[in-house]
Amino acid sequence: MARTRGLRNISRGDFLKLSGAGLTGAVLLGVAGCGGGETISGGGGGASGSTLTFGRGADSVTLDPINATDGESFRATRQIFDTLLDFAPESFDLQPALAAEIPKPEDGGLTYTIKLRPGIKFHDGSALDAEAVKFNFDRWRDTKNKYHKGGGGQTSEFAYYSAQFGGFDDDSIIESVEAVDETTVRFRLKETQGPFLKNLTMSPFAIASPKAIMKDVGGFWQNPVGSGPYTFESWERNSQVRVQAFKEWWGADLPASEGFGGPKMNTVVIRSIPDNTSRVAALTGNQLNAADGLVPDDVPAIEDTDGFKLEYRPPNTIGYLALNNQVKPFDDPRVRQAFNYAIDVEKIVETVLRGTGEVASNYMPSLLPFFNNSVKPYPFDPAKAEQLLEDAGVSNLETELWYMPIPRPYMPDAKSVAQVMQQDLKKVGVNAKLVTYEWGTYLEKTGEGEHPMCLLGWTGDNGDPDNFLNVLLNSATATPTDAQNVAYYKNPEVDELLLKGQTSIVESERKKAYYKAQEIMHEDAPWVPIAYVEPPIGLQESVQGFAPNPTSSEPFNTVSISGGK
Amino acid sequence: MLIGVSIIVFAMVRAIPGDPAQIMLGQTATPSQVAEVRDQLGLNEPLPVQYLLFVKDAVRGDLGTSLVTGRPVTAELLERLPATFELTAFAMLIAILVGVPVGVISAVKQYSLLDKVASVLALTGISLPIFWLAMILIVIFGVNLQLLPFPGRLGPTTAITSITGLVLVDSLLTLNFAGFWDGLLHLIMPAIALGTIPMAVIMRMTRSSMLEVMGEDYVRTARAKGVAPWRVVTKHALRNAMLPTVTVIGLLAGLLMGGSILTETIFSWPGVGQITLESISRRDYAMIQGVVLYGAVLFVLINLLVDILYAVLDPRVRL
Repeated sequence: MARTRGLRNISRGDFLKLSGAGLTGAVLLGVAGCGGGETISGGGGGASGSTLTFGRGADSVTLDPINATDGESFRATRQIFDTLLDFAPESFDLQPALAAEIPKPEDGGLTYTIKLRPGIKFHDGSALDAEAVKFNFDRWRDTKNKYHKGGGGQTSEFAYYSAQFGGFDDDSIIESVEAVDETTVRFRLKETQGPFLKNLTMSPFAIASPKAIMKDVGGFWQNPVGSGPYTFESWERNSQVRVQAFKEWWGADLPASEGFGGPKMNTVVIRSIPDNTSRVAALTGNQLNAADGLVPDDVPAIEDTDGFKLEYRPPNTIGYLALNNQVKPFDDPRVRQAFNYAIDVEKIVETVLRGTGEVASNYMPSLLPFFNNSVKPYPFDPAKAEQLLEDAGVSNLETELWYMPIPRPYMPDAKSVAQVMQQDLKKVGVNAKLVTYEWGTYLEKTGEGEHPMCLLGWTGDNGDPDNFLNVLLNSATATPTDAQNVAYYKNPEVDELLLKGQTSIVESERKKAYYKAQEIMHEDAPWVPIAYVEPPIGLQESVQGFAPNPTSSEPFNTVSISGGK
Repeated sequence: MLIGVSIIVFAMVRAIPGDPAQIMLGQTATPSQVAEVRDQLGLNEPLPVQYLLFVKDAVRGDLGTSLVTGRPVTAELLERLPATFELTAFAMLIAILVGVPVGVISAVKQYSLLDKVASVLALTGISLPIFWLAMILIVIFGVNLQLLPFPGRLGPTTAITSITGLVLVDSLLTLNFAGFWDGLLHLIMPAIALGTIPMAVIMRMTRSSMLEVMGEDYVRTARAKGVAPWRVVTKHALRNAMLPTVTVIGLLAGLLMGGSILTETIFSWPGVGQITLESISRRDYAMIQGVVLYGAVLFVLINLLVDILYAVLDPRVRL
């Protein structure tokens, strides 16, 4: 996911200067708030009616979707490529995309037959048919395939394929992909996979033009050809990706309510502006039509500026405080529950996140299927916490609370979160020292379980509980190094339920397994769940039809600018 | 000197905590992936071996491959060099074009109102942190007045054909005047932000050395001979007064390199300064080494150029 610049390794002088920049940023926003609103329709350099200029915090890494893992690459490839299935706008409900309908599992979930919409063309004029789909899957799966390469210098080497489908070659869950006729593709699986269809919605599994790949697989990452609403025009590295409307897009005449229609803009420019304050200034200075990657502190300034509005991305993240379940006293569930009672999470969401999030009750975001609504967050109850600590024989606990040094999508200001927690814990007799490291070191050390407690979080990939619970809380991911399960939570019963949820394709069975797992986790309390953050996106008021997608990249086909030139 | 710099940089970069393999692969990496990448990057070799390999390649112009982008460091630097060059050159141009004349006038009209105003401005200019000035410029000219476009080198819809990589030059070569204008407007704010400190330094330096020179015997002689006052200043005094100023300009190159890190970051200017900060935070060893070596080489070259310029200005050096 998007990495952010750390400031801890530059010289002290520069560090001081840069930390001052934060203050200046606040001043800047204040001033911007006073006077920015009057010349909106003037639309300076960037913002004219036929061009959408979208600001973001980092450049794309590659434009070959299967070889990307970062959100900023997908933000661009979403415009150029389509996937077989997709999520309905602002939700995790499956809907057909290149596929004409959602396929039903056959052979108990070992076969899926996908009917493609007829007559779809890639931007280079070649046909997006069953053979093209087969070509893509074969390229991804077979390491000996002639085209199993490309992606540029920073390629992920088809990482998402191996992560979602069990591996390459013989390890792949997808055994074969067969082009039955021009518009029918048959997938045969080795074993059933609960989230199989959800995986097909993921940006990395977008269908690319075989003709373009065969022509120049090495250059495809910077000259991508797909079938999406916009065709690729240019990529000025570290600066911007520019795409042009594809008038023959297959989705042009489909209903807007399902996220189709358009593309309404002639040109879309996705600009990289790494400095957060400059990006907000560029938005309020009308150099951008929209900007992503805002921090909660920007929210009031943009809200108060005339001519601008905010949209919130539906939450697909969770931020949490992981208690190291293998370390005393956190090996005692009573202590972990006590921490859940002692910390006023509601206050954190209100004051630190400034309402850009929802208090977490479970170990995955509420938008996901199989979210157990009957599990309620622990109430803020210091007396109860003290009682539990006493029962567990814990008094005057000296411990450490680790927090991330940089803003993350799931927790934009970890230090403030940690400070509020520290105060709450002090009231129940727990003295927590705040500790942080440079980001790379932080991941390394928490992945080795050196922490008693650490703040961390996760952004989901495919809108399935498997992608949260199995990644973050299965004992298999509580590894000695590079652990994802940084709570080192190990409960065999939960492991079994998570496996059931992953392999079953029967909705009711999956639901039962995940509901039960959530109840057990709530009791075991390996974390203090904090919030499902809803990242804000700033827009000019004239920007219409922007539907934020929970997966953090959305196609801009529905976006238009009213009153533009 | 360059060997010294290379050893220091190499050692310092290695002393920074954090594992580049881990950072490259991000939060989702498995232990075996991390081990594999460490091996690929040669991070498992002993440090002296890593250093010797680095020097061997560097001498041949190969600074290694960026750990982050996977492209050759030399290619990354060359791609970004024109942006930085254009920005620093423009900043320096502003600094000299404003700094020298104002310095001269301040010296000639010592203690006049203009001198006093210039002194206050120079003092302010030297004390202004670049990032602060940059932000204030953005707020006033970019956000409130909306006179100047930012960030980046060109507006989102402006396209120019790249020949030299210098926006102003390329746009003129292709007779793209709209592109030239857009590029020029984009240059103004970052160049002012970057050029203000050098401008103030040059102004002060010119003033004090002019004052000194104006008191010399030969200036008095020239005056006594009845040479026109402006000619005394430009022909006799200025040329000699420029010597210390030129030295300072050479040394300011180092300041500009440092300043470009801040300026480029704030203005999203895709140059070497921007990648410096980025590569440090991402533990891109090869890139950090490349950037610092590039800085050292550039600094040496500029000072060599200054020495040559001495000869032009002062015939006594030409022996």
